Amino acid sequence: MSGVKKFLSGIAIGIVNVVLGAGGGMLTVPLYKKMGMEQKEAQINAVATILPITIISAIIYLINGNVKISDTYIYLVPGLLGSVLGTFVIRKTSNKLLTIFFSVFMIWAGVRLFFK
Amino acid sequence: MNYVIPIIAGFLSGLIGSMGFGGGGVLIIYLVIFSNIPQITAQGINLIFFIPCATLATIIYAVKKQIQIKKITPVIIGGISGAILASLFLKNLESNFLTKVFASFLILMGTTSLFRLKRVKNKS
Repeated sequence: MSGVKKFLSGIAIGIVNVVLGAGGGMLTVPLYKKMGMEQKEAQINAVATILPITIISAIIYLINGNVKISDTYIYLVPGLLGSVLGTFVIRKTSNKLLTIFFSVFMIWAGVRLFFK
Repeated sequence: MNYVIPIIAGFLSGLIGSMGFGGGGVLIIYLVIFSNIPQITAQGINLIFFIPCATLATIIYAVKKQIQIKKITPVIIGGISGAILASLFLKNLESNFLTKVFASFLILMGTTSLFRLKRVKNKS
């Protein structure tokens, strides 16, 4: 895949990441699979990709006053624990099962949120 | 008692996020459905929250030499550019509208994901 195509795909990912505060990973993983990575490779590299993009996005949100850092404190420690666990669990998970579960969850959540 | 659910939500978000599924915005979903936090603030919380979690995960993956820095760099540069571009029109988005956009995205992504899985199954 050409550098230009990667760059343009990156732009879409960045836009979604800022507008929705999430979603970058959902676009990045399929992109990386198209670039020839296996599922788990793609997931791992997606995390590494979304990280710098999210740093910029978070700075934007803080500057705009949409959020305060103190809002996040209660989630941070458990989140870090979960993250460490995730880097080990990723090898052992059945992707198909996770994907199905997660897809269904997203559809449910989307419908629920839409009619909130 | 009040802390148990946010702690579980944080843990699950970290777990799922570090495996590359963070795009589902588990934390945002939890925040918007179960508390009165505006959509945009929930999104901000998710973004900030993701940074330490993803940093830790990335370091672990980097130590295991699983990151292909050359391949992903153009995407990162594009991503940062896109983020800055989007920040120009972010201020004008109203909370309920943003929630609906987010919700539509979730439904779209969930459905696409299932279809992709089905396609792979049919091929083999």
